[in-house]
Amino acid sequence: MGYPHKPHPNETVVLSEHFGDAEARSYDGWVQRGGYEALKKALAMEPPAVIDEVKAAGLRGRGGAGFPAGVKWDFMPKKKTQPHYLCCNADESEPGTFKDREIMRWTPHGLIEGCLIAAHAIRAETVYIYIRGEFTEAIAIMERALAEAYDRGALGKRVMGSEVAIDMYVHRGAGAYICGEETALMNSIEGKRGNPRIRPPFPAAVGVFSKPTTINNVETLASVPHILNRGAAWYKSLCLSNPKSTGTKLMSVCGHIAKPGNYEVTMGFPMKDLIYDLCGGMQPGRTLKAVIPGGSSVPVLNREEAEGCVLDYEGCVEKGTMLGSGGMIVFDDSADMVYQMMRIAKFYAHESCAQCTQCREGTGWTVRILQKILAGEGALQDLDLLLDIGEQMTGKTICVLSDSCAAPVGSAIRKFRGEFEAYINGARRPVAVAV
Amino acid sequence: MADRPPVSLTIDGVEVTVPAGTMILEAAKLAGVLVPHYCYHPGLPIAGVCRMCLVEIEGAPKLQIGCATPVAEGQSVLVNRSEEAKRARQGVLEFLLIHHPLDCPICDQAGECELQDYVFQEGQARTRYSPQFPKRFNPVEDFGGDVLYVPNRCILCTRCVRFMDHVADEAVLNVSERGDRAFIGIHPDRELDHPWSGNVVDLCPVGSLISKDFLHKARAWELDKTPSICTGCSQGCNVNLESRSPSVVRVKPRSNLDVNRYFMCDHGRLTYRAMNRGDRIEAPLVSDQGHLMAVDWDHALARAAEVVKAASGRAVALVSPSTSNEALYLLQQVVRSLETTAAFRVERAASEIPLPGVPGLALREERAPNAAGARLLGFSEEFDAAASEVDSAALVIVLGDDLRGLESDALSLAARVIYLGTALPDLARTADVVLPVANTAEEEGTFINCDGRVQRYFQAKPAPGMARPAWWVFAELMHELDIAEPLSGAAEAFEQLAASVPSFEGLSYEVLGLRGAELTAAKTARVGR
Amino acid sequence: MMHEATAYEPVFTGERRAELDRVLQRYPTKQAGLLPALWMIQEQRGWISEEAMVEVAEVLGLTPAYVEGVVTFYTMYHRHPVGKHFIQVCTTTPCNLCGAEGVVEALLERTGCRELGATSPDGRFTVVEVECLGACGFATPLLINDDFIENVTPETVPELLKGYQ
Repeated sequence: MGYPHKPHPNETVVLSEHFGDAEARSYDGWVQRGGYEALKKALAMEPPAVIDEVKAAGLRGRGGAGFPAGVKWDFMPKKKTQPHYLCCNADESEPGTFKDREIMRWTPHGLIEGCLIAAHAIRAETVYIYIRGEFTEAIAIMERALAEAYDRGALGKRVMGSEVAIDMYVHRGAGAYICGEETALMNSIEGKRGNPRIRPPFPAAVGVFSKPTTINNVETLASVPHILNRGAAWYKSLCLSNPKSTGTKLMSVCGHIAKPGNYEVTMGFPMKDLIYDLCGGMQPGRTLKAVIPGGSSVPVLNREEAEGCVLDYEGCVEKGTMLGSGGMIVFDDSADMVYQMMRIAKFYAHESCAQCTQCREGTGWTVRILQKILAGEGALQDLDLLLDIGEQMTGKTICVLSDSCAAPVGSAIRKFRGEFEAYINGARRPVAVAV
Repeated sequence: MADRPPVSLTIDGVEVTVPAGTMILEAAKLAGVLVPHYCYHPGLPIAGVCRMCLVEIEGAPKLQIGCATPVAEGQSVLVNRSEEAKRARQGVLEFLLIHHPLDCPICDQAGECELQDYVFQEGQARTRYSPQFPKRFNPVEDFGGDVLYVPNRCILCTRCVRFMDHVADEAVLNVSERGDRAFIGIHPDRELDHPWSGNVVDLCPVGSLISKDFLHKARAWELDKTPSICTGCSQGCNVNLESRSPSVVRVKPRSNLDVNRYFMCDHGRLTYRAMNRGDRIEAPLVSDQGHLMAVDWDHALARAAEVVKAASGRAVALVSPSTSNEALYLLQQVVRSLETTAAFRVERAASEIPLPGVPGLALREERAPNAAGARLLGFSEEFDAAASEVDSAALVIVLGDDLRGLESDALSLAARVIYLGTALPDLARTADVVLPVANTAEEEGTFINCDGRVQRYFQAKPAPGMARPAWWVFAELMHELDIAEPLSGAAEAFEQLAASVPSFEGLSYEVLGLRGAELTAAKTARVGR
Repeated sequence: MMHEATAYEPVFTGERRAELDRVLQRYPTKQAGLLPALWMIQEQRGWISEEAMVEVAEVLGLTPAYVEGVVTFYTMYHRHPVGKHFIQVCTTTPCNLCGAEGVVEALLERTGCRELGATSPDGRFTVVEVECLGACGFATPLLINDDFIENVTPETVPELLKGYQ
């Protein structure tokens, strides 16, 4: 499979240190590289102390929401009266994002270790690693690593010889982006359709199998051993801009870029440097037109905004978008924004679970209007209509899939209106739309 | 939850106080505000998927769904007074109408369709969905049982799925596929033939799940709705008889939280057919030289009084357990001077069929509405023994029993016979007097259900020909016999009944209202199934 | 759906039943074994038939309608037989920008499938378009059965397909 690149000097290599190193995959290989020390350290601490450490580090959810991980762990009941669960969200389906698979492919034990520490912190006896069904390689590697971990006593009745008992299993998904939504993920584990749940109740109160549950992204959990090993203060110091965004982020850069791949940068790293320095800039003869930084579910940035954007949670918000999962899709001047927005809307239309009226019908309607525009049959009021539909799809549904369709489409209409108008007024020839 | 103090809030400016934990949508009902909704139903688990009930809570950043948001002290909720909420509702309606076909002219739900209602109330006049986009099309499916599914009209509220899963406890429906390709599915090897499955047609807010029996029979606005009690069994489900004179066209459940909540069984739904039978006794008949001659009521009642006066010795009264309490009571008064053997027989099924999600609700073994009333008012179930006394009795009064299975000469050997019924069985042709009576849809009265609950039913359609309510016949007869003054109505009959039967103490038509009331506990053992 | 010439053979017998029972140990409910059980059926039979849905419903104490609702939600479960080599191509935006649609066309031509979702006349291939496969930096990725292959271009398609007979 595609090997990652050699780290660029301006990357901050933490999670990606052993990417490309096949020896790091085995239990012994991981131990040789300092693995499982953090776990031992954590097991010697009381759970609340582990939570405090992660809180102090400022680790925020790397799946997209950016919610402080330690605070999330703290939502779990203080008095333990029933089984607790940890779910590791390895559903990675956000277009543009491909970092979690690398973590699983190269440092599976790093993920296991992170899950174990988190499970200890929230006093969970069982961990499910929900891996999307298409990640056949990651699934195989994780299953092997789990078997090794059991074999070597890192999992099971007495983790590392301690009194703590933790079981960990892979649960294979079957083709649904929406199962990356944490409550849909829980439903999928329970053997149901991957429908998100209405909240309240929240997972920490009523989660998988109605028991208190925490769900964390792969990258979030993989960061935890590093925090335990090197301390919260170290993690907090990895910060180039806003102090509320700390640590490193694996940016998955793809699309129209010279050197696509995963790049690990310190929070607050300038997007301009990522694009032009680390990733080698545009392909020959092309110029940057647009960037969607967070996976496709966030507003599009135009060139000026992108080149002035700082890669952390607050920096992206300042530019009117979100850091999200860090799946950065780059568009150069050859990109047809209208066509790509249609394709993005199609993604959401395919993935809508069908519960909420706005999402179920609005995503499909959005696709059809964009196809009509591409076919040369659009009118100017179609643009207002798209924006209005987008507003109806925002803030009104059980989960944010419908908002995620509205955000890129709406922002593209606002920032690249000329491209849409060109199809409408005939300046641009209609495109035949693929099925 | 019981310990938390009640919560006060305002909804569209109206202040209400409700128990803690009440959802905004329910609290709004008390404020006289209907929050438009589809997927929510008080008899089903909350889904929160239609998004129609989004309301504005002052101070909150986003609209919240009223069906799943509990009230908070001091909240100010805006439903009709919120522009934002109204726009959100318009959005939902426009989205629903994207694929929903303009079937109103051929759709049975027209006139009682919640999509029509809300669109008319506050939807946009036009859709912005381009006519060049094809509408999703799937052919109509026969789900089996009484239910047809029209996928094109479905708004995916999932009420039907939740009913079958959680109330009927038979997960035979599902949501299949995803996104705007989704539809309600049923496994190809299975049918929707659960004895309570007809409720999904009631629950469907639009014309997607429809009744085969009712298909294209009538328009909703042509139908008069009359509160009644189902005659299918002894559960006493509250119903509405929906009629387009002179027929009852269908029976629908009427909500009563103490009896059937919001549901009724499929067996009960078919009881309307018997109410419309055409082979009725059209006029009072008296025997004249071995033939029955049609006469007017005065004449017939005079003859009946003669017959009763001439009787001395034993009387036998055979009644139907579908007879009202009022009629049963007055019949007992008519024969009180004679030693009477009074009996009824009731059809019994092999077992009862409960609706698991509603404790205490079942299609009962006893397939008649007032066996309990008959027992309480002195009628025994020793029908065969009573029937054997007929040929030696001085007077036989039969009310509603069709004489099935009796000896062909049973009544002809009896000294004097008065037959009251809706239709005339052959065995009754030898009666002295035949009096046509109204059926349950054609009169008002009361029944007692298997749990000792007395419930009123009302007249939905006129009785055919010269048929009259049985209670009226007996009241007039008693007047002819000089043992009572005529009664002003069924209410007065009930008053007299309540005054003389201890377990009816405190009850009156006013007290019973539309919800009914239980007989005084001390006298109410479970009076049969 | 093809008419079954022979009676349905249950999947969950012997070793496979034992395997399912082991998997069921991981969850507090049998219902949670549904997705793993469906994968096992698909691994064994290549697709999930109506009879298989009835079987797994019985084994797990669910109804066939319930199982069908779950199967139809998840796109990776096949509800009819597919070609020997099932090819899933990502065409979502990041891959779309990198020429994924050209890869689809090349595949449709070289496999003889001609249209998406159809099985080639020799029964060897079925090609479908799927949403983001999570390998956006290595466009265009494909899954051929369980093989995850990256950096596919229209030019590399012919050579790639040679490995799948």
